[in-house]
Amino acid sequence: MKFAVIVFPGSNCDVDMYHAIKDELGEEVEYVWHTADSLDAFDAILLPGGFSYGDYLRSGAIARFSNVMKAIQQAAEEGKPILGVCNGFQILLEAGLLPGAMRRNNSLKFICRPVALRVENNETMFTSLYEQGEVITIPIAHGEGNYYCDEETLQKLVDNRQIIFRYHDENPNGSLENIAGIMNETGNVLGMMPHPERAVDALLGSADGLKLFQSIVKYWRVKHVVTS
Amino acid sequence: MYKVKVYVTLRENVLDPQGTAVKGALHSLSYREVQDVRIGKFMELVIEKSERDIEELVREMCEKLLANTVIEDYRYDIEEVVVQ
Repeated sequence: MKFAVIVFPGSNCDVDMYHAIKDELGEEVEYVWHTADSLDAFDAILLPGGFSYGDYLRSGAIARFSNVMKAIQQAAEEGKPILGVCNGFQILLEAGLLPGAMRRNNSLKFICRPVALRVENNETMFTSLYEQGEVITIPIAHGEGNYYCDEETLQKLVDNRQIIFRYHDENPNGSLENIAGIMNETGNVLGMMPHPERAVDALLGSADGLKLFQSIVKYWRVKHVVTS
Repeated sequence: MYKVKVYVTLRENVLDPQGTAVKGALHSLSYREVQDVRIGKFMELVIEKSERDIEELVREMCEKLLANTVIEDYRYDIEEVVVQ
């Protein structure tokens, strides 16, 4: 299976993402610059964290008009797994591939520490290897992760089980309904503020993020590899 | 040529954590009269005259990029300036 890590000017978690896929997951991975025209060669697309375009105007607001976003839109329509982490999530929101928007953390502080998350839906291509309701530890690192959407959108997210991760015990940023990660209606685009790529080895404090990537691989194998 | 001022603020029903913090600071400076503070962005655009209707053009820019209408409202002032 081949992963793409999209690199925007100002991405800074791209190397972590690459490391997680190559060294911990053991799958193929390539960096793809934001000017790329096509993502046809890839099976899954990863949008890493960072500060694309310096977060000018709003987080993700400028990156979402990058050339590569047309290919990402197409990959989303083709049903390929697309994961946006932190700034990657913000870009997916700005691009309209996921509903809602981000506000500044209610504390106004940039928060960088491990948090407890609850897996709210394990029947997805991103979470099938977790238990339903499993509580995992994944680090966050953001100043704008205070998720917001209108009531109608929230009801849809709940009804379609699109809320995938919620903050457990305490909410670090004030997000609506303790939302930490949501997916699109068709189930192939996931955005989340916590960084699973920073939790892929016990040596780093947690390996709880690895199962997310393994779930994607499992989904892809079942779909594409003919077993005899 | 047009000089366009664009103001972007968080929507009324969206909590503004920066505005709340600044209101608290003003209160601590004993400006007790302050009821509410909303923090936003102010942008100045210089736009060349074209065949497009200027107001339509500005609105389009606001909707597409300058504001995120999920959480933000925008308003603008358009001033026509004569280039000497």
